[in-house]
Amino acid sequence: MASCHAPQASFFPQISPPFSADTSSSPIVSCRFPCRYASLQVSSPSSGTFVPRAEEKTKTERNIFACAATASRLVAEKPAPTKKKTTITKEEGLVLYEDMVLGRSFEDMCAQMYYRGKMFGFVHLYNGQEAVSTGFIKCLKEGDFVCSTYRDHVHALSKGVPARSVMSELFGKATGVCRGQGGSMHMFSKEHGVLGGFAFIGEGIPVATGAAFKSKYEKEVLKNDKVDAVSVAFFGDGTCNNGQFFECLNMAALWKLPIIFVVENNLWAIGMSHIRATSDPNIWKKGPAFGIPGVHVDGMDVLKVREVAIEAIARARRGDGPTLVECETYRFRGHSLADPDELPEKAHYAARDPILALKKYLLQHNLADENELKSIQTRIDEVLEDAVDFAEASPLPPRSQLLENVFADPKGFGIGPDGRYRCEDPSFTAGTAQV
Amino acid sequence: MALNKMFGAIRGRAPSQKLARISSQMQSPSSLRSFCAAAKEMTVRDALNSAIDEEMSADSKVYLMGEEVGEYQGAYKISKGLLQKFGPDRVLDTPITEAGFTGIGVGSAFYGLKPIVEFMTFNFAMQAIDHIINSAAKTNYMSAGQISVPIVFRGPNGAAAGVAAQHSQCFAAWYGSCPGLKVLSPYSAEDARGLLKAAIRDPDPVVFLENEILYGEAFPVSAEVLDPSFVLPIGKAKIEREGTDVTVTAFSKMVGYALKAAEILEKEGINVEVINLRSIRPLDRATINQSVRKTNRLVTVEEGWPQHGIGAEICTSVVEESFDYLDAPVERITGADVPMPYAANLERMAVPQIEDIVRAVKRACSRSARGK
Repeated sequence: MASCHAPQASFFPQISPPFSADTSSSPIVSCRFPCRYASLQVSSPSSGTFVPRAEEKTKTERNIFACAATASRLVAEKPAPTKKKTTITKEEGLVLYEDMVLGRSFEDMCAQMYYRGKMFGFVHLYNGQEAVSTGFIKCLKEGDFVCSTYRDHVHALSKGVPARSVMSELFGKATGVCRGQGGSMHMFSKEHGVLGGFAFIGEGIPVATGAAFKSKYEKEVLKNDKVDAVSVAFFGDGTCNNGQFFECLNMAALWKLPIIFVVENNLWAIGMSHIRATSDPNIWKKGPAFGIPGVHVDGMDVLKVREVAIEAIARARRGDGPTLVECETYRFRGHSLADPDELPEKAHYAARDPILALKKYLLQHNLADENELKSIQTRIDEVLEDAVDFAEASPLPPRSQLLENVFADPKGFGIGPDGRYRCEDPSFTAGTAQV
Repeated sequence: MALNKMFGAIRGRAPSQKLARISSQMQSPSSLRSFCAAAKEMTVRDALNSAIDEEMSADSKVYLMGEEVGEYQGAYKISKGLLQKFGPDRVLDTPITEAGFTGIGVGSAFYGLKPIVEFMTFNFAMQAIDHIINSAAKTNYMSAGQISVPIVFRGPNGAAAGVAAQHSQCFAAWYGSCPGLKVLSPYSAEDARGLLKAAIRDPDPVVFLENEILYGEAFPVSAEVLDPSFVLPIGKAKIEREGTDVTVTAFSKMVGYALKAAEILEKEGINVEVINLRSIRPLDRATINQSVRKTNRLVTVEEGWPQHGIGAEICTSVVEESFDYLDAPVERITGADVPMPYAANLERMAVPQIEDIVRAVKRACSRSARGK
């Protein structure tokens, strides 16, 4: 299974930043989208001014540029992009719009409920990042896996977990997707392929990689050809400095696992700016170091995200291995509902609100009209009202639930279903005892 | 009673019925001892190898991953021959990335594969302990039973010989305190085979604590033990040696020491009952309490550190349930409360030896009100 293959650079030149041949002028490789790292104030009084070091054109980078130039047959080299985006059908457009509206409205409702005391503990909202979740998850099939962090409500909703179940879980009721035992940060759904919901950053990445490993194992060892599930791991910019991230990039590339690593780079890890925490803030560049294509995409534009997602997912399903996608995005609220809400770049990104952008696109291209979009919003509002009412009316978990589900099988295998020890059964050494 | 609830399905009865049920359970340890009517001998290493081999043959969802398990034939040769037999898709040599590959194992177990994750020693598992506890042990609970994790974490635990502080820690107490994990620690080849097979077939995460020194030791095994469907129950201790004067509990290598100490004490007229715990979590409190009610004295032996150790838990269990039966304070023998030193003489002092067990038993026997 282990094999080396030549490092591939950015696999999608027309989407990723066209590398400026001359990097001596700007300290950071210039991007198509005004690279926010170059324009932000990065000085910090206590630690001195951060001065990005000049990018050296190393042999590797020259190779990368060479690879980008001799683009694969899948992708044609294009000059600077025009405004034309991927064409989508009306149905697809409305599906995307509805999903993002659901995500946004749900999170807004969570904030309301939290401040009314119905939800408690740690609640991390996804406002502003909907394009990433919708863009990727709506390209997945049933049977694919999604693994997330504590900011997981919208990933669960996009994947198909009913709003009622998620809301009940947040209220801590017995009808929640995890019967109230998980909470905001631990959304698991076996039925919908949602693998959690992890509080520790970086913890979900190996779990998602394991799910991808399982797909490959089923195909190659168990010889089940119908399996082609892929796994998508969502995590943030802070996680990209964590050891587990790099360990998984290595192993996923080594074993060519069908996984897509999606970085939701919203520039802030609670209050720690990505620039202050990271030696090289270009996360997409870390993929090629492991032989994985690294792509940077505008995470506020659902159509661009979708374009990259379709390509990356197809790549994984084909068996060509993992992809690292860095989505430039932003969260409109604080890290959690208990954290301060005002962030410096909020106004800038509010102007790039993904929902408004898609609405504008749909209207401009006559894929929908105002009334249709309004009716979607109304429908979603009703769904949420229903979800809240359902959650309110649901019972709290019964006391007996406290000690349940610690084990799948509390007795352990050595004790048979009839309560007797299997080793006492005179026929247990019959030689072909079935498990 | 809340205590009863905590013990799970094995002890679902009211306290008054408990003893009757315990005494009927007690038939099994003596009948198990008949397995030791030896036909042949087997080392613990071969026992583990054969257990993994058989389980991998029986179920193609079982796979082994760890450092050096494949081409190197296993850091301690436990997985010898498995790569040749099952191929590199099922016996995976991993890079030195415990956190990463443990997480990958857990993730693959979420949807039905059955990984055996080998740690070169459990000390290295500390780099992966986040996944053992947070994504393996807690997931069945957090997901309300939707996702169970049928994974086995195995490797040598505790002190070896001269490997110093960072290679010698005993992790039985740490893992034993975590709900959602099953923790096993075999002593003999029979234990190793039966418990590992049960662990692999078990649908929950199991931490399997072996001992490097015991790998090469040979034990008699009967034909039943060699059968491919042989399993031992998880959560059941074994009375290795029956006695009447004092109960000594131990696990892993210390069982051997306790048995040797018992032979020495026999000559001095003290009849020792030795319990091989086998299962740290769930702890077989029934067997231990039943034994203490018979002998009235207890000595616990372990290699790990004293504070919050296995002995502390057993002592509390006995005090809570069999206080009136104790004729003397419980004696705890543990490793010294220091990181393991390197020098051979210091290392010898830092781990319990047979003489320590003998001395503690005599102390327990001499501090009785009745006197013996």
